[in-house]
Amino acid sequence: MQAIGSPEFWIQQLINALGLGSQYALMAVGLAMVFAVMRLINFAHGTVMMASAYIGLLLLQRGVPFPAVALGAIAGAAALGVLLERIAYRPVRGAPDVALLLNSFAAAVLLENLAVLLFSPRSRPFPMPALLTRVLHPGGNLFLPSIHLWAFAGALLALGGLAFFVTRTRLGLAMRAAAENPVAAQLLGIEIGKVTLLAFAIGSAMAGLAVLFWTAHVGTINPSMGFEPVLKAFVACVIGGFGTIQGAVLGGYLLGALEILLQGFLPSGIVGYRDALVYGILILLLLVRPGGVLGYLEAERV
Amino acid sequence: MGDPAVLELRNLEAAYGAIRALHGLSLTVRTGEVVALLGPNGAGKTTTLRVISGLLRPVRGQVLYRGQEITGRHPAYIARMGIIQCPEGRQVFKNLTVRENLTLGGYRLRDPARERRNMERVLALFPMLKERLHQPAGLLSGGQQQMLAIARALMADPEVLLLDEPSLGLAPRVVDEVFEALAQLKANGLTMLIVEQNAEKALGLADRAYVLEAGRLVLAEDAARLRENPDLIRIYLGR
Amino acid sequence: MQLVSPTRWGWIWTLRALLVLALASAYLAVEREGNAYLKRLAILFLINLMLVTSLNLFTGFTGVFSLGHVGFMALGAYVSAILTLPVAQKAVNLPDLPAPLASLALPFLPALLLGGSAAAIVSLLIGVPTLRLSGHFVAVATLGFLIITHVVLINAEAFTRGTRTFSGVPPYTTLGWAALWAALNLYFAWRLKHSSLGLQLMAARDDPWGARGVGVDIARTRLIAFGVSAFFTGVAGGLWAHFLTAFSPNAFYFSKTFEIVVMMIVGGMGSVTGSALGTLLVMVSTEVLRNLESGLSIGSLTFGPLYGLSQIGLAVLLILLITFRRQGLLGDRELRLEAIAERLELWLEKWKAALEISRARKADPS
Repeated sequence: MQAIGSPEFWIQQLINALGLGSQYALMAVGLAMVFAVMRLINFAHGTVMMASAYIGLLLLQRGVPFPAVALGAIAGAAALGVLLERIAYRPVRGAPDVALLLNSFAAAVLLENLAVLLFSPRSRPFPMPALLTRVLHPGGNLFLPSIHLWAFAGALLALGGLAFFVTRTRLGLAMRAAAENPVAAQLLGIEIGKVTLLAFAIGSAMAGLAVLFWTAHVGTINPSMGFEPVLKAFVACVIGGFGTIQGAVLGGYLLGALEILLQGFLPSGIVGYRDALVYGILILLLLVRPGGVLGYLEAERV
Repeated sequence: MGDPAVLELRNLEAAYGAIRALHGLSLTVRTGEVVALLGPNGAGKTTTLRVISGLLRPVRGQVLYRGQEITGRHPAYIARMGIIQCPEGRQVFKNLTVRENLTLGGYRLRDPARERRNMERVLALFPMLKERLHQPAGLLSGGQQQMLAIARALMADPEVLLLDEPSLGLAPRVVDEVFEALAQLKANGLTMLIVEQNAEKALGLADRAYVLEAGRLVLAEDAARLRENPDLIRIYLGR
Repeated sequence: MQLVSPTRWGWIWTLRALLVLALASAYLAVEREGNAYLKRLAILFLINLMLVTSLNLFTGFTGVFSLGHVGFMALGAYVSAILTLPVAQKAVNLPDLPAPLASLALPFLPALLLGGSAAAIVSLLIGVPTLRLSGHFVAVATLGFLIITHVVLINAEAFTRGTRTFSGVPPYTTLGWAALWAALNLYFAWRLKHSSLGLQLMAARDDPWGARGVGVDIARTRLIAFGVSAFFTGVAGGLWAHFLTAFSPNAFYFSKTFEIVVMMIVGGMGSVTGSALGTLLVMVSTEVLRNLESGLSIGSLTFGPLYGLSQIGLAVLLILLITFRRQGLLGDRELRLEAIAERLELWLEKWKAALEISRARKADPS
């Protein structure tokens, strides 16, 4: 372990934060996109991630080479996201927020227990190629897990592509318009159904990518693995500014940094409370600035 | 026989849950005409536009576009047919730039060349928008937003332009500017159906007018005659 | 009070008497003759009933979703269990417990009350800042509370044994205690709903701006409902702790939350009698499904262990309800004896009239 405060310590923390933040950002973006077009907090986002991990494992067990496994997992995530939208969310479009929230809760429980039914609750190892799990040792006291660098690179590519799509393409523009004002968008000929579908597909695909890095970090998969990621994604969204892609990305990296900092600096007696502290900060943030760092939303006061 | 009807409503009945909003409304809009739909608050004028644009499914009755029935179709479908609405309250995309708003207007065209041409034409018509192309639409004034909404609708090459209360919330001078722009569009041959509470302005622009009250048609006349009609003047302009 | 005919009153009092009789005999039957399984189910039903009714008392009446209520249950459970644990047991299980607590062992009722009060106090602390926010944000904040509680329970090992099972809790919960508290809870919920406070809550739920316009202090009314709801939830947690006698923090997390939420929705958000019906229905179905989890054979086909089936059943039920019948069984109305009496009376009239007609026909077939 490096001495706290040494340059090596800071480089270590930075790399960790970038890696973790990239995962959170990718997961959070999917959540934000769905909320933007549908006013729905998609709790099943996490179970979609879990399902894509299992799809990846199944492919791996059939001897499919890893790049194809990754693509398959991502595609599976996208397909599942679309299926979820069709079956669980489209029928209740326009219902009060609470109904959507509950439905997404139920969908998450349903998918998780389906996985338990099909695969058993035990954890299974997910072997990752050495390229991803290698730990770089540039010298001295520095040990950099390459997975963090892969995550960062992956996030840059994916999020960069998304940014381009959303700002430079007609469809991306239509999505932003539909998110802001669905009625006006429809009056211009934009089909909300198609846009929503696209949001789900892209958002889920991003999460599918994130879960690859997450799994590489953890090493195993199990049916409840999606629970923590969706909570983190949610917190990231709220921190950054709920409902916007920029908010999700910013929040993801801020959350990653916050967690790494707390992990590094909290005395060993309190470090177990790290997650409670993060949520406490979240609630405080909700009270003083519900729109998150970027401040888009105004919480109504009663 | 005059020009053929481009838009026709037959015996429309519409409701919001248990509340009847329209009772057997029939009206026509002919090619190249400007038709005003007048009436007090709650008369059903906005409801009529919502039904035409597919945002509300009528309980009974038909909406015909060039003789083809479009009743109850999805709003996006109706927009793609060329019936474009400028909804009440402008409804510009506040977080998007003026340019992006206009680009979205041309969404239904799917033709970059046409889109570019329309953009040039529209900016020539509304030069004040040209100066603010990269500003977020939310920063524009009420009048500018109204111009943007109209310009955005024009980007779509509408066959029929529906306008819902374009004068709402605007200062009199700004209202004049808006209606000047609309007059120019009329001169260029655009077919329009305008819903308005400001009867005077609307009648100054329109060829014909319908008057709604509590969901029922009470008057259908030439605009010129209506300006002198005592009934109308007593009910609306006098207040 | 509407004018009611004497025969109707007769019906109403008969029904009331029947209901009391039915409940009393059910209680006696289970208490004296019932087998252990039935007794367990009955106690569990009553505790779940308390949890659902308290949640409904807040969420149903205010329209604001509290996803953190199970946190109050946990508080009540752990606080009361720590207080009643015999001193000798404490020395073994909780060696690091601070001195004043380590030498204390309270009887059941004070411990329950303290557990409930702890929950209520915490609820006021988190309620004051968060209940002012609009629905969505409160749901999020209460979710945060649930998670924070979970993390604290896992880490405060001196008090809770962390993730290890907290065992040795004296089995104080009897059918009598459970029935008593459940009845109290139902009574309070019923009175609250039909009081002016209840009216204010529901007005604020249906039309917040209108309610403020007539002077309803929304934040204050919500806080009161939250506090009362938390108190009973805490007591229910205490009862639960002294029923199972062994538990760990994972019992107070999302599965339990989901279960209670489904029961509430089935019965109807805002309905006290609905809570009872919803709890009953859901418990019956989950029991059936849980028995199937160990395996199912139809004819010559055997389906192996079907873990998770009961949760799947709950999830499907909730999705169907939300999609097709969001108000559950009763919405926010109540199953009233008066309404049943009315139906019975009408039905009797119809039956009499039908008899008259057939008699008249027999006498004069023309």
